Formats: sequence, C-alpha cells, structure tokens
Amino acid sequence: MRPLEDDVLDGNAIGGLLIELFGTEMTAAVGTCGVCGSSGPVAEMAVYHPRLGTVVRCRTCDNALMVFVEVRGVTCVDLRGLVSLS
Amino acid sequence: MSPISRGFHRRHQEAEPTGRVPPGQYVTTDFPVLSAGPTPRTPLADWTFKIEGGSSPASWTWPEFQALPAETVTVDIHCVTRWSKLDTTWTGVSLDVLLGAVSYDAPYVLAFSDGGYTTNLPVADLLDGKAWVAYNYGGKPLAAEHGGPARLLVPHLYFWKSAKWVRGLRLRETDVPGFWEMYGYNMYGDPWREQRYAGD
Amino acid sequence: MAGTAVRGRLTWQTATVDSLVDETPKVRTISLSVPDWAGHQAGQHLDLRLTAEDGYQASREYSIASAPGEPVAITVEKLDDGEVSPYLTEEVQPGDELEVRGPVGGYFIWDPAVSGTTPLLLLAGGSGVVPLRAMLRHRSRVGNSVPVRLLYSVRSLADVIYRPELDAEPDGVQVIFTLTRQQPAGWTGYARRVDQAMINDVAWPVAQAPLAYVCGPTNFVEAVAADLVALGYPPLRVKTERFGATGTP
Repeated sequence: MRPLEDDVLDGNAIGGLLIELFGTEMTAAVGTCGVCGSSGPVAEMAVYHPRLGTVVRCRTCDNALMVFVEVRGVTCVDLRGLVSLS
Repeated sequence: MSPISRGFHRRHQEAEPTGRVPPGQYVTTDFPVLSAGPTPRTPLADWTFKIEGGSSPASWTWPEFQALPAETVTVDIHCVTRWSKLDTTWTGVSLDVLLGAVSYDAPYVLAFSDGGYTTNLPVADLLDGKAWVAYNYGGKPLAAEHGGPARLLVPHLYFWKSAKWVRGLRLRETDVPGFWEMYGYNMYGDPWREQRYAGD
Repeated sequence: MAGTAVRGRLTWQTATVDSLVDETPKVRTISLSVPDWAGHQAGQHLDLRLTAEDGYQASREYSIASAPGEPVAITVEKLDDGEVSPYLTEEVQPGDELEVRGPVGGYFIWDPAVSGTTPLLLLAGGSGVVPLRAMLRHRSRVGNSVPVRLLYSVRSLADVIYRPELDAEPDGVQVIFTLTRQQPAGWTGYARRVDQAMINDVAWPVAQAPLAYVCGPTNFVEAVAADLVALGYPPLRVKTERFGATGTP
C-alpha cells in the first residue's frame, strides 16, 4: 500500500456523518471493496474531502467505496464501491 | 435553532461585486488543492491525449502534444467552493486546435482523467478561444497536485469542469453527467448565474 | 463490534464554555458544560459547530481530551489560516455557547475492560497526543496498571501539550519525547522525526502482544504504522487516527 498523501484523512473523520446517515456508530464496521476484495474497518479507509463532497477509497486499490455529497441540506450517499458493510 | 457563537464569523467575506468576481465568491491569493483521489503519476512516456467518438480517433503523445501550437493566457478561475483566483496564467493547447484535428458533429463531450474522474461539457463551450489543455501554470510545468502534467482549463465555468489529469474527451450525442454532476452538481456550471447545483 | 451502540444523542446539542487552559502559545484546552452528555470513551471525538450572526455555520471535529467521567474537554491547536481554530484559541470565553454532537468513534477507543493486560504503546505526532492523553487519564482514574509507553513527537519542549501532567509520569507510564526542530542545551533524548530505528528501540516487544495507538498528521501516522508493521506488529494491533496535513482534522 502506497502511503496516503498529507491532506488525506481516514474513516475516523467521517464518524459523525456516518452516525447521522446510518443512525449508528460505523467507524469499526468492516467494508469489503468490490474491486479488489480487500476488507477492513471504515476507520482505516482513505477519506478525501475536496469540499465538493467526500470520497472514501480503498487503501489497497483506490476504488471509490463511498461518496457523500451534500446539496441544499440533503446528503446524497453512494456506497458504489462496497460489496458489503457490516 | 442553533445558538449564536458570540464573536464567530466566516473567515472569507464575499467580494464586492465589481464585475470580475461572480456572485457568492471570495477572492483568494492561495491556490487550494482539492482532490477526490490520490494524485496520479502517469509517466510522460505513457501519457496520451485522445479524442474519441469522431469519424476517426485522434491521439497525441506528450512530444506530439508539446509540438502543437500553444498559447499563454491569463484568466480568472472560480471554484464552486466559493474561492476565485484572479489573473492566473496558463500555457496550453487550445481546444480549437485539438477539436480542429478531428471530424465530428457531436454536441457534447465527456472529459476523462487519470484516476477515473469525468466531467461533461457542451462542445460549444470548448471552442472559440474558451478552453485549453494546459500544461504550464505561472510559467512553470503544472504541478501534479494541481493537475499536471496537463489539465483541462475552461475558466468561464466553475473550476470542477477544468478536469485535472485530463487524458481525453469522448464526443457524445447526449449530455451525460460526469463525476460530480452525478451527485447533484449542475450539468453546466455557469458561475455568473451561480449554477452550482442541479436545478440552479 | 459489540458494545459500540451509539451513546448520547445523534443531534446537535448546546454546550457552554466552562473554562479555558492555555497549554502552549498556540494550543488551548476548553472544558464544556454539555447538559445531556451521555458519556464517552477514551479516544473518541466530538463534532463541534459554530454559528455566526449571519447564520453561517462551520463544524469541525476534535478529539476529547478528558477521560470518561470527567467534564467534556477538547484541546485545540491554532492553525494560522484556519477559520474555527483561531476563534476557539483566541476569542472564545467562558459562557459562550456552541454546539456539539457525539461522542463519535467506535474504533480508536481504549477500554481496559476489552483490551486486557497487554502493554500499551501510544505514538503521538503533535496534537495527536490529545486522544492518547484521554486514555492516560482514564487509566489513572480507574486504577489500571497496564504498562504504557508514550512516544511523543513534537517540534520543541515548548510545544509539548500537557507537559506538567506528562512529566509527572504516573506509575507504569513512560513518556519519551522526540524533539524534531529544537532541543534545549544538554538534551540527551531523541532529536529527530520518528523512524524505524526509534520505533525498534521504543516499541514493546511483539511477543508481549502489545496494542498500539498512533495519532497525528497523516504523514506521521503512515510512517509510524508502517514501521510498527515492519517490526512485526500485527496490523490489527495497530490502531490509527489521521489528522490530515495539519495538526487537527
């Protein structure tokens, strides 16, 4: 695994957002990447926050696992890259 | 109702409307780096710029691209996250040159980049001196964090349309949403009409 | 993971600033009164939101600096070009109101009831020391005696947060500083960024099944976590929290 760049966070940073969206604590939940099959806790996923939205990526293959975009107070949630999250 | 936090105010005040700065923006002298993924590191030996969907595909390697006529332009850029940066200087190849090399009649493109980013634009917004594929910024080679080796530059639209790490355009009959557009950003993105989100 | 049901409310609640402690010239600890706070675990964080008179809101997250059972406190580092941290470190006063949401975090938590008696290795880069300090305070409050080593990377002694508390070194806690930019005359401790050699010196032997928590800027966490794994720490025994390019998320 390549080291994350300096301004990249991890899934700990979206803990509050995930509670708000899923109603429960999610940073310890385990996600499985739909592209490379690797799995790990949300807390260890790479979180990119270019302020247009938040993109959560697989540490192994950079696949976009989750994308969150807030538009006019409503957050669009796309769990596009995960095959499972539990 | 949230309580007011005494003495707290936003850091950046909106610019006075002078005609240079679109509504809802503030002027910055920084150049913020906003990335949705890791910085791609394509070696120049592997880099190509392609135009697909015309009567025949067009492709330029880096040396071929560098040999094309280039322009240096100074433009203002406007990010949907509300910062505007004035008088930025870029060198690159005009889309008039690139699209001029292809025979096509499609009205739309989907620009695609290393790392999987896409954004959609009307062809008309790339022509007549409105857009470039830029590889120098401020007189120096474009830094990877800002989209180097080359990025799309379309200053009259919000800057998310100026795709970093651009590798080509796919000509299309229909306008399909790119990455951010799919999640609710405006299909067109005119900062002067504040078209930030779908429906604006 | 069992036991990570959400505690406290999911919604924003009003918090009142209770007291302030300036830890260093750029770092301040703020204690808050949060009437409906349901409690937190060591290592968790909270989301904080400020509202300006024109309705503008900004929210950030801060690690909780206090132990479970203590009043909620956060420690904030001023970022010169920040929007929220200058306000919190320079403007805010007791009695001011802001909003908090939390606690948040089910992964970067130290709970002695769960992690048993194996030694604890805490690795802090700059303000990454904040959640680790909550863990140390919790350990003291509950009378836990797990052996702890804290390796704290910081620019200079003047930048050490919680210095008096860390110098006091509670029983079984060893605090090791590495001063990366400036060292006092006669300093015999580490004087460089954390590297593999330092990790090899400081880390508990793998055979003792230690548990490691790494917190700080992303580049610090990336390097340190990789070094621990290279030393033989199982990745599952290395917990990480990254603060991005600056001292606070």
